[in-house]
Parts: sequence; structure tokens; C-alpha cells
Amino acid sequence: MIDVARQAVEATLAAGVSDAEAYAVEETGREVRAHGGEVESLTAATKRGVGVRAWVGARLGYAFGTDLSKAGIESLAARATEAARVADEDEFAGPPDANGEVPAELTLSDPSIAAWPIAEVADLALAVERAALETDSRIAGVEQAVYADADERIAIASSRGIAGEYETSSCYAYVQALAENDGGRETGLGFGLGRGPAALDPAAIGREGAERATAMIGASKPESRSCPIVLDPTVAASFIGLIGKGLGANAVQRGRSPFAELLGAEIADQALVLHDDGLDPAGFASSPFDGEGVPRRRHALIEGGRLRTFLFDTYTAHRGKAASTGNAGRSGYRSLPGVSASNLVVAPGRLDFDGLLREAGEGVLVTDVAGLHSGVNPVSGVFSVGASGRAIRGGELAEPLREFTIASDLVSMLKAARAAGADARWVPFGGSVSTPSLLIEAMTVAGS
Amino acid sequence: MSERGELIEPEVAERVLARALAHGGEFAEVFAERSAGMTMAIDESRLEAVQAGAEQGAGVRVLSGGTTYFAHVDGLDPDDLERAAGEAAAALRAERAEPRPLHAVASTSHAIEQRPAEVPAERKAALLRELDERGRGAGAEIAQFMASYAEVRREVAIANSEGLLTGDDRTRVRIGAQAVARRGEAVETGAETLGGHRGFELFGDDPGSIAEQAAGKALTLLDASPAPAGSMPVVVGGGFGGVLFHEMTGHGLEADHIQKGASVYVGKLGEQVAQPLLTAYDDGRMPNEWGSDAVDDEGAPTQKTMVIEDGRLVSFLYDGLTARRDEVASTGNGRREGFRHLPVPRMTNTYIAPGETEPEAMIAGVEQGFYAVSFGGGQVDPATGDFVFGVSEGYLIEGGRVTRPCRGATLIGNCLQALAAIDAVGNDFEMKTGVCGKAGQKVPVGTGQGHVRIGAMTVGGTEV
Repeated sequence: MIDVARQAVEATLAAGVSDAEAYAVEETGREVRAHGGEVESLTAATKRGVGVRAWVGARLGYAFGTDLSKAGIESLAARATEAARVADEDEFAGPPDANGEVPAELTLSDPSIAAWPIAEVADLALAVERAALETDSRIAGVEQAVYADADERIAIASSRGIAGEYETSSCYAYVQALAENDGGRETGLGFGLGRGPAALDPAAIGREGAERATAMIGASKPESRSCPIVLDPTVAASFIGLIGKGLGANAVQRGRSPFAELLGAEIADQALVLHDDGLDPAGFASSPFDGEGVPRRRHALIEGGRLRTFLFDTYTAHRGKAASTGNAGRSGYRSLPGVSASNLVVAPGRLDFDGLLREAGEGVLVTDVAGLHSGVNPVSGVFSVGASGRAIRGGELAEPLREFTIASDLVSMLKAARAAGADARWVPFGGSVSTPSLLIEAMTVAGS
Repeated sequence: MSERGELIEPEVAERVLARALAHGGEFAEVFAERSAGMTMAIDESRLEAVQAGAEQGAGVRVLSGGTTYFAHVDGLDPDDLERAAGEAAAALRAERAEPRPLHAVASTSHAIEQRPAEVPAERKAALLRELDERGRGAGAEIAQFMASYAEVRREVAIANSEGLLTGDDRTRVRIGAQAVARRGEAVETGAETLGGHRGFELFGDDPGSIAEQAAGKALTLLDASPAPAGSMPVVVGGGFGGVLFHEMTGHGLEADHIQKGASVYVGKLGEQVAQPLLTAYDDGRMPNEWGSDAVDDEGAPTQKTMVIEDGRLVSFLYDGLTARRDEVASTGNGRREGFRHLPVPRMTNTYIAPGETEPEAMIAGVEQGFYAVSFGGGQVDPATGDFVFGVSEGYLIEGGRVTRPCRGATLIGNCLQALAAIDAVGNDFEMKTGVCGKAGQKVPVGTGQGHVRIGAMTVGGTEV
């Protein structure tokens, strides 16, 4: 793909721009959906495309396409150049220079993807469903059990000497299990992530979905009050993802982050330590370099209770007179790079899950949240989101709870984080996040 | 009229379908698509993020014994299509079916007066500058203002082994405005959008007013106090209030959820699920509406489907596969984000038909309650029926009157209970645009209604 990227850079320079950069992606992927002991669908996917940034002086334009023929790339170059002419000048918009720093050597692809034929990964999806059904007689079925993988080759080249290419693979399986009891129906999600199918444990994934669904049987509304809250890793990850967004320098510089004025300030309890780690081999967002070719790194974001740094790409680094932290993210070739966290990693604490519950005493364990895209104000950090989970009484799990909301704001929540559990895991919510369960001293619960 | 010859030649389509069925299968389909679009934004009064995209490709699927085999490729050359057909069929070993000869079925795409691609980029930029000026001019406390413009033209062609060859030519435009208001420590946001299955003519009638509406919402919220927490009567505003019905009922009526037993509406067909004052539709044919198309993404004509008649559940929403299983006709709800996705039953434009109550009278009937004027969005688990909505503009109702604005409210409840609790439907009506996510696919949907009152619902705020 590096050749495609180089061709696109050449073609764009020939269209009369001052600088050009091309990001090319080639991907093969598979997906299997299982339901009722049968394979519901099998998908084989190939995908390739290129996105070009063109600079005309201080004006930046972008174009992307799937036609990688000579004519296709020339048309792309012309459209990127036209787009640049429409944009306003921006003194900070310039491209990154290759600075000689050598990106880390990372092994991000797993040969088991290529080694497992479609029939074997289909069996894995079926095994996930079976495991869910066998866990508990109250499991009436599954909505679906899904296996998916992708093998990607990504290349970037620019007129400023950036040139690099890497391969990465990822796969996941999940199940949405259905538990039934007199008239009521509950769902539970079980999932696993890995670089290849060999890393997945279908029995554990199925069991998790089944246990989460059956745990909710007979759930009622909690009483409205303010109380200690334990967020399980899947829920904690969603909130950590929101915090990661607020720490992006773009939101900060444009006055749209609740953390804008808090650099260096005490914003969290000592118990909460958060890193952005673009090099963790287990993190799906890991790569040798970011979406504009700048080497990835590991940064402490919150440590010792203080906010240590914001996340920068090249644009925000120019604007904030800082260095890029290697946090230019892309969602494929279709999107301009922009600041985003890579892998957000919350350091595990010493208490196991039961210990966290004892510490909470009387409160609520939240195992699922809904409505994050509409219930959170990203500028002020104020949120109120739908939740379900379990009551905590006398430091132990009690009755299941549903149809309530939890409300607070992101900064208050960080300050109220009293303890991190020892049960850290990778979660695909909120971006790519590894987090344990978190004990928050107080949040508002609205139920009956 | 639609002339899709240039997207996929009938002879090529026939060859691809034959190849797809080479290892067996009951049904094969090729979905070809060419899309081109442009987006741009204004932020800090600077025009930026100008992007132009062009993609083309095809997805081929084969149905055999309850399993769907699907492959997609980039590119529309005959070689690309045959490769997709070969990959879709690769894992298949079954009885072979002969595809029928193709018959072209004409479709009438929604009329586009002014093709966005033919409008100079400077005019789009000028539109955003106008939004910026009007948003910022709405009040001294507007600290930030952003607006975006998006256009896309999607030409699709669909051919299947039952002999269907048809297509559609879809152009959509949409603008959005977002304002941030600040007073001391208080920071509030407001947003508004305008979109349609239309050309640039959509912006003929004062598009800049959405900037003032977005700014107005943010400014109003500066005076807001924390939302109440607890159960109370809720009056929902018209237009985007329809997202409530979309989440509460629409998703649960999609036939894939029904057939898997993963919907609270399983077994409720023909039953009274709401009070007789409520009638609702899914209508993919509304002229130039955001969620409309001429045919769905399987080539079935879109239609107006009554889903609730005087409170009785009368229809589910079907795509081809789920319709075949239930031995009914597709309701034209087989939609896909693009050629890289399989079609699934999806809503188009979903709305509660206007009722008889004046909105003012509806509010006057509430002693102590909540007025949710608009939502930021919502989410539902169709299997349990649990839903949640983020309120972007809400007020307290006290003594039959709308009093103070509230911030940070969320509505939460269960579909069947909340639907049955609707005790008044307004005689006003408005449609709004939304983007709905399901099975990892986003599609444009319209939501609509007049004012609606729900007898009791949980408002999740911070004030216990």
C-alpha cells in the first residue's frame, strides 16, 4: 500500500499544491452470525481506499476514494486540491515533518486469522451460542452470536518525508443472550477480544452473556437517592472514553472541554491513574505511528490525582506550541485525522471485586448504561444516562435493578473515584479501553 | 425515470448472479452502488474540514437453507463483481437454482431540482458563513458556534435471481448548527438540523434560522436549574419528539427482532398496545422526506405501512428475508448503509398521526410534570423494552403552566408501559431528521409527531 500512498502524494503535488499526504488502507475481513444452532450469515469482505490531504499554502483540503487506478488517483488529487481552495487559511494547519524518530517495532497481527478457515470460525460462533444456552436453563435463546475479524495493512506517505506501513489484525466475538421468566425478558452481553481467533474463549464469552442476562431477572427500580456506585469494567470504559475525548487538545483549545482550565490541577482521587498507551501490544488502537505518521507513545494523563497532559495531534501541537503526543486518530481512509486517545488504560488497584463491594457498603453496581450519545453534555461534562445493575446491601450484591438513571459530571466523578478494582480487562466501548471496576463515592440515582 | 444501465449492465448482472448460484442456493442478489459526497464545516468562524469522497462497489449475497452468504468488493468492473460472487459462493455446497432472466423495473426517484454537486462550493461555504453569523449574533453569551454541511448522491442498482432489476438515485443534503452559551461557570449547548432527500433547493427558505434556534436553546438553558428526578407526567414536543416513538415502538416492530423473540411486541399483533387515540405509520414514500427512497435496498418499492391503528398493533416492518420466513410480502423496509452491509429491517419515516388535542390544553392538564421539547437522541433494547432519551430542551410544568427550564434530564422507561400511558395526542405535526444505528449500520430516518402526553414516566435528573 505504500506505493499507492506515494503515487497519490506525487499526483497531488502535480496538481499544484504545496504539500500532500496520503493514507492508504487495505483490509480483508470475515464475519459470522450464528443463531438457533445455525449459521445465519457469513460475510467475506475486502476493502481498500485512500485519503489525501492537500495543502495550498495554509489552506487544507481532503478527498478520499476507492478507485486506485491512475485515473482514479488523479481525480482524487484534483478533488483534494479543489477542497483546499474552498477552506479558509489556518496558520496551524501545516503537515508534520519526519523528524528521524524511529517508530517502535510492534507485532500487531496474529497468524491464527489466516490459519483458521471460515468453517472453524463459524464453529467458534456456534460454540459461543451453545455455551450461553448451556449455562442456565432460564436462557431462552440468543439474539445472535457473532464472530468477526479483520486484517489491515495501513500505509502513509507525505511530501515532508513521512513514509511508513504496518499490518494489524483484530478479532472479537460476542453474544447477546436472552433470559426469560414469567413474562419478562432480559438480555446480557458477553464478549471477548483478541488479535486472532486462537485468543478467544467461546465458553467464557457464552457464559458471561448468560450470567449477565439471568442476573437481571426480576429487576425492579431503585429508590431515587445519592449513593455509592460501583461501575463494572464495561461501564467504566464508556466513561473513561468520554474523559479521553475531553482531554483532546482540540476540545480544550476551542473551549469545549470540561478539563480546559485544569491542566496540572488536582482533578481525581489518587486511586485513579490513567494512561494513554499507543504501544500496548494488546490494545486494538496500538500502532507504530498515528494517523499522520507521528510515532505513538505512552503518556500519563492522570497520575497522583493531577491532570498531567492533554492529547495532541500536529494541528493542536502547532496551535498550543506543544509537541504532538502521537494522538492523531483516523476512522479509516474516509476521515481527516483528528485528536483522539489511542488505548486508554486505567491502572488496576488492589481490591478484588468483592472488596470493592464491601468498601461501597450500601449502593448500586452498574453493569450497563444506555443513551451515552444523548445523555452527556461533552462541553460541561454533565451527564444523566440510563442504567441497570444490582443493589449493593451490606457490602454484598442484592436484587437486580433496572430502569433508572445515574447522573453527575465527569470532573465530580473523577474526584469521587475512591478505588479501582483488580479486575482490569479490555473493553471495546469508549474507544479501546482497559479498565477495572471503579468505586465512585456518590452519584445521583433516579428511579422510583 | 431511472436508467441504471451505466451502473451495472444487465448481461453482467445475469453473469454475476449465475456465478453466485454456481455452488447452489435459493436466491442471489447483487447490490451495486456509486456514491459521491462533500462535507464542510465552520468552527471559530473559520471554514474547515472540506472533504470530498467518491466510492463505488458491490455486495453479492446468496441465500441457502437459512444461511446468508455475503461478500463485498470495491469497484464495479465486471471482474470485481464476479470476484464478489465467487467469494460469496465459496463456502456454499447446496442444490443449485437457475436464476430467472432479468426484467428491468423502472422506479421513480425522488425529484431533485438543484443537484448539490453542480452548486459551486463557494455557495455552500457562504451558507455556512451565514449560519455562523446568525448563530453568533443571537446573543452576547454565545461563546462558540459550529455548523456543518453535507451532501451525498447515492446511485444504486439491484438485480436478483428472481428476475428483478431496478435501482434508485438518491440525493440527500443536511445542515447542522451547534451553539455553546456561557455565563460565568454555566456552559450549555444547543443544536438543530435541517435535511431532506432533496437537492440544494432545500436551502431556499431561510436555512439560517436553524442557527438562531440552536443558539436560542443554549441561551435558554443558561437560566436552567437541575432537572427533577422521579416519576411524573411528561409532555413531549412535536418533531424530534417522534424519536420517542421510533425507539419505544419502531425498533420493536422490526421483524428480525420479532422472529428471534427479542422484542416486547412478540405475540402482540392484533392486540391493543396503546389507547385508541393513537395511530402510527412508517412511510418510506413521503415526498423528499429524509428517510424516503423510491425502492428499498433490496429493490422493493417503499410504502406507507400502518403499524398502529387506533391503539391496535397491525403490522411489523419486514425486509425480504424476514418476509419470506413469515410468508408475507416485504413492507419495503430492507435497508442497508451501503454495499458493504447486509440489508436488515429498518424504519424509514416513522410517525404518530396527528390527534385532536391542542398542545396548550395538554399542558394545562398537568399539575406537576415535565415538558420535553426536544431530545439529543435515544436508545432502546428491543428485547427488554427498556429505553432512554436524553432531553436537550426541557421545562418544568407547574400548575398547568410551563415554568422554568431544566438541564441534564433523561427520560427512562419501558416500551409497553410508556406506549399504553400515552393519554393525549396533539393536533399539531412536524417531521425531523435523524440518523439511526442498528447492527453497526447507520441509515437516515425521519421521525415525526405532534405533542404527546405520557401519563407517567421516570425523569432522571440530579434533583432528588
